[in-house]
Amino acid sequence: MADISDTTLTTDGLDAPIGNDGRVLIIACGALAREILALIELNKWKHMALTCLPANYHLYPDKITDAVEAAVIKHRPHYAEIFIAYADCGTGGQLLAKCKELGVSMIKGPHCYSFFEGNDVFAKTSEDEITAFYLTDFLVKQFDAFVWKPMGLDRHPDLRDMYFGNYTKLVYQAQINDPALDAKAELIAQKMGLPLERRFTGYGDLETALAGTIPDIS
Amino acid sequence: MSDEQDIILSELSDEELTLQMHDDLYDGMKEEIEESVNILLSRGWMPYDVLTKALVEGMRIVGIDFRDGILFVPEVLLAANAMKGGMAILKPLLAETGAPRLGNMVIGTVKGDIHDIGKNLVTMMMEGAGFEVKDLGINNPVENYLDELENGEYDILGMSALLTTTMPYMKVVIDTMVEKGMREDYVVLVGGAPLNEEFGKAIGADAYCRDAAVAVETAKEYMAKKHNQLGA
Repeated sequence: MADISDTTLTTDGLDAPIGNDGRVLIIACGALAREILALIELNKWKHMALTCLPANYHLYPDKITDAVEAAVIKHRPHYAEIFIAYADCGTGGQLLAKCKELGVSMIKGPHCYSFFEGNDVFAKTSEDEITAFYLTDFLVKQFDAFVWKPMGLDRHPDLRDMYFGNYTKLVYQAQINDPALDAKAELIAQKMGLPLERRFTGYGDLETALAGTIPDIS
Repeated sequence: MSDEQDIILSELSDEELTLQMHDDLYDGMKEEIEESVNILLSRGWMPYDVLTKALVEGMRIVGIDFRDGILFVPEVLLAANAMKGGMAILKPLLAETGAPRLGNMVIGTVKGDIHDIGKNLVTMMMEGAGFEVKDLGINNPVENYLDELENGEYDILGMSALLTTTMPYMKVVIDTMVEKGMREDYVVLVGGAPLNEEFGKAIGADAYCRDAAVAVETAKEYMAKKHNQLGA
């Protein structure tokens, strides 16, 4: 994993699975790769392998469902169980319907901001936070590739307030404690013209969801 | 479409200036658009002609290139910002000079959603096409829409959402209109990135509009139908 860059995870994903004992394959969004590998190591989940789709599919959520289906079909012959490490992620229920059709499970919740914070907590607080713009560790690292450039703000910074004028704060949901990421989040907040609120979430419901993948072959 | 050569706008003929305005809109040059609008007005152009022949036609070209994947959202926003500059000059004059009105619309982003870029584009293009638009802004509960509809004379309700978590609220609004027996009094148009035609039909909207240009065309079609029915 050390030689896989965040840029690669954003644009290409991780095609060849890491870990391969034929039991459980996690098909994940590239934005979750480092967190899932950290959890695998932390929990010694040796039954678990990981492959990732490009994180930038989030810029075109209509691509996610078809790409997940193709990955399930591709890898299914080689694993006893497959788990989809995506939430709804802007697919409007289409990913859930496809997962049911394919007979695979996925993470509950609308998106990663929700399951990192904990879906129950997020459901209660998010109604009062509709003017919050959320970033995770991965999004802090990939802010320019994910947000600034696709929105054209590198070329036209004067458009900033048209995009973010209705937001009142930037919430950085930190999965790990890393002063370098905190500093980057602060710079991003300045760039966006928003006050920063840092929240340590850890891995939230991602860990619970992955822990629920019980290997069929022991 | 940028031209490196300096162009003196006031020295161009009407036809050249109109074409130049199309280019300037395409390139998002707000100050040039404002200057050109004032030049055409000073030459005796009717505000409605400046609006339709220069600004709306320019944005129509922008809309086509956006649909064809030649222009992207940032460029469309810059063009819209330039048009907004021109519209600000023309708007008070349009009312004074009795420009034709096609219909009245209420528009707003639904409850829980603060995204308004698409809605603002639709508002501007609808105004450019001759609709009077009341913009309710963002995060609108059902009461906001219904109060406005009941207290004004409107033909069209437009709702916008960017999030899959907020778009179902459009159905809440439409269902409430049905309960109150007022659904059939209005054309309901919906739009926003995660929506599609199927969703529009499922929630009982009259039409899903995939972009601002489609919204304008759809609204015009419904208004034409309405006038035909009244005339029959």
